[in-house]
Amino acid sequence: MSGSILRAENLHLWRSERHVLKGVALTVRSGELLQLTGVNGAGKTTLLRALCGLNYLEDGQVFWNERNVREDRAGFHASLVYLGHEPPLKPDLSGSENLHFWAGLRRPTTAAAIHDAMLRTGAAEFGARPVRTLSAGQRRRVALAALVLAAVPLWLLDEPTTNLDAHGQGLVAALLDAHLQAGGLAIAAVHHGLGIEPARLRELNLST
Amino acid sequence: MSQGPSSPLTAARLVIARDLLLAFRRPEQLLQPLAFFVMVTTLFPLSVSPELAQLRAIAPGVLWVAALLAALLALDFLFRDDAQDGTLEQYALSGQSLTWLLLGKTAAHWLLTGVPLSLMAPLMGYTLGVPASAGAGIMLTVALGSLALSFIGSIGAALTLGVRRGGVLLSILILPLAVPILIFGSRATQLAIGGEPYTAPMELLGAIVVLSFTLAPLAAAAAVRISLE
Repeated sequence: MSGSILRAENLHLWRSERHVLKGVALTVRSGELLQLTGVNGAGKTTLLRALCGLNYLEDGQVFWNERNVREDRAGFHASLVYLGHEPPLKPDLSGSENLHFWAGLRRPTTAAAIHDAMLRTGAAEFGARPVRTLSAGQRRRVALAALVLAAVPLWLLDEPTTNLDAHGQGLVAALLDAHLQAGGLAIAAVHHGLGIEPARLRELNLST
Repeated sequence: MSQGPSSPLTAARLVIARDLLLAFRRPEQLLQPLAFFVMVTTLFPLSVSPELAQLRAIAPGVLWVAALLAALLALDFLFRDDAQDGTLEQYALSGQSLTWLLLGKTAAHWLLTGVPLSLMAPLMGYTLGVPASAGAGIMLTVALGSLALSFIGSIGAALTLGVRRGGVLLSILILPLAVPILIFGSRATQLAIGGEPYTAPMELLGAIVVLSFTLAPLAAAAAVRISLE
């Protein structure tokens, strides 16, 4: 996992008449967290989605380990997890059933591994309940367990602490810290700091 | 991270298992096309004539038009939920082939709509005066026809994802492509009811299934990628 690098240069993106990304450039290395800041509508979510290929870039390139991601999209996607505003959990399935599916798509997973991940994010006690009956913060904890299970180097997080209580926000910081310690890298759109040690932290303000 | 990644086939199987589980947790969507099919076919004897000879003559047409419309009705649900809750987005980012995942989704859709319809078709045929001996033939033709329709329909369902209330547009897109299925399907059913060999139209139906099975998931995957923009 260590020694990975994500680099993007000269990213341009238009949303109908609006020039949202105006030549954005960024570099993130193993062990680093890049915080995306900026006012609402500055393009934080758009940038995250453009980096993983969900939004079409008018211009600019994204390199994963110095290789253009267009050359190997499947390989790039296999190394990243994107966690958006709304975690893609099916309301009629339980938390562990949802996790079993998402983790299994990437690699064979055991029930024990799923339980361990849910213990880490504090989702184990309500993991057997249908997601429909969970609160927004509880859903977020289930989604964070999916992040842990994926075991990939690159995390793209959109407001990871939304709906979480103080303890949950500390949990996100701890997860991120462990991820960075293990040589992972992360980009997170945030409104306030996540409590990561400054040495590992970089910031990109999209408002300016 | 010791184990290798899941194979495309495993991924498709996971999608099928999950969609079946979801459908059984929430059976309304499963029952809707079936209820439609039963309603239409039972209304015919009431509105046309209760005379069995006459009903038997129109039975292939009635069964097929009702089955086709019921299957079309269900197509609208194929990708809609997954598009709304971000599941399709995550499929595209899973590192797995989107084509295989959509193949799994479409197969699950057929198991949930086409198979129940084809099981119900001989029964509804019986109420239209069709001899029980034609039951197996009717079941087989409807099963094959609905399979082809599920695959062809997956292209339409993927293309109309970005459209609000795309149901009507979907029907207009798919109906011309469904016409050959209707023609061969009702011909095979007609022959089966008459007690004649019906392999020739069945083989043509089979050819449509093979063609749509090979091409439709690729086209649907391309359309889904566009809709994620």
